[in-house]
Amino acid sequence: MPKPGPDLFSQVMGPQEQKHIYSVSEITQDIKVILENTFGGVWVEGEISNFRVATSGHFYFSLKDQSALLAAAMFVRANRELKFKLEDGQKVICFGKIDVYGVRGQYQLIVDKIEPKGLGAQQLAFEQLKNKLSKEGLFAPEHKRELPLMPFCLGIVTSTAGAAIRDILQILAKGAPGVSAVIRAVRVQGEPAAKEIAAGIEDLNKFGKVDLIIISRGGGSAEDLWSFNEEIVARAIYNSAIPVISAVGHQINITLSDLVADVFVETPSAAAKIIVDKRNALIAEVGSLRQEMIFIMSELIGNLKNELVALRHMLKSPLDRLLEKQQLLDELCNGLNQNIRYYLNISRERMVSLIEKLDALSPLAVLSRGYSLSVLLPGGEIIKEAAKIKPGDKVKTILAKGGFIGLVKEIVEERSRFC
Amino acid sequence: MKEKQSFEDDLKRLQKIVEELSGGKLTLGESLKKYEEGIKLAQSCSVSLSDAQRKVELLTKKDGKYSLEKFNQAESEDKV
Repeated sequence: MPKPGPDLFSQVMGPQEQKHIYSVSEITQDIKVILENTFGGVWVEGEISNFRVATSGHFYFSLKDQSALLAAAMFVRANRELKFKLEDGQKVICFGKIDVYGVRGQYQLIVDKIEPKGLGAQQLAFEQLKNKLSKEGLFAPEHKRELPLMPFCLGIVTSTAGAAIRDILQILAKGAPGVSAVIRAVRVQGEPAAKEIAAGIEDLNKFGKVDLIIISRGGGSAEDLWSFNEEIVARAIYNSAIPVISAVGHQINITLSDLVADVFVETPSAAAKIIVDKRNALIAEVGSLRQEMIFIMSELIGNLKNELVALRHMLKSPLDRLLEKQQLLDELCNGLNQNIRYYLNISRERMVSLIEKLDALSPLAVLSRGYSLSVLLPGGEIIKEAAKIKPGDKVKTILAKGGFIGLVKEIVEERSRFC
Repeated sequence: MKEKQSFEDDLKRLQKIVEELSGGKLTLGESLKKYEEGIKLAQSCSVSLSDAQRKVELLTKKDGKYSLEKFNQAESEDKV
């Protein structure tokens, strides 16, 4: 017989004691961990149903397909960026994580991104390709080639039937008339377009005479522009030895071509304007270089001229001084000549008078007047007094003409005796 | 390509000349020589930029050989 009380209880409860007993919260927590870790970031494709916007701004809806339904929530911070409206019946691709809402025992998809299905798949492919090319370094700034200072020959890869080529050529004709264009005609949308665009870039590289390549097409839907997102085009741009400008579309719709290209602009016209701007900037630069040169030279010549004037001024005074000295010299020379002449005259006169005086003093002159001169021989002293001689002395008497020698006969003391 | 190269060379040379002239280390004779060269370069650069002799051609490829055809813009506009 079974025992009452604890035995019975232990019999009934016993095996259960060995099992782990979850509380609701606990098991919900475990489910939450498993689900959220397993589905932390997933893409889910489905159709929207039960779409509603809460007063908080959060979106609540379900994703469903033929056989299942998934609750979904997209909170304000995620749906604020959404570019299109969500509606029931819309096929979408969502990216998000699975979340367990324990209060109601529900799991749901918390949506981060949502895209309409057609484009979404393409967008996904685009994102994947973009990541791949980015990792390979196709968009790296260090790979960007510098545009030529001034392209004189443009290569243009575009359709000859579109507005793009017309816009580009018109702007160039007006703003950069010296720039030639080599057009490589390609289709810019549809299946073969990407291959043709890529080949066009290669052709222009092989042809080699262009300085810059523009790949372009006018605006259109995302699908229209899709060729410019294809890998083959991105790689052709990357491999081009000639710099490439990507000018695709009419607004900001960034294609992979734009990301790989050395420069990208929003419209074909903007690409042509780059060339026109370059030309205008260069014309201005050449003009200002020319002006600068003229300015420098005129300043240089002006300075030299001033210097020359100053030097000439400095040169003038020595010259003047030289002239002054010359004048002085001339005057001195004149004076000297006159003085010499004067002194010569004076000297001559003095000499004449001296000669006359000499003449007057000459004994010979006295003799000619009848006087004579006697000297005592043999000594020859002039006899001036009778006392110096005695009778018998030999004397020589000199007359005006000739003379004689005589013997002294008698001495006469008195002069009066003769008179 | 050739035109671009000579233009860039001319412009670089012109910039260098202006730099040298403004450096003020040249004799008058040297300055005059550089100035004369500079004016010629500026002239040739201006001509390159303002020359209106442009061509618009279509690159075609036949049996791997490239050739240029005249591009008739009016014709293309008709197609638009």
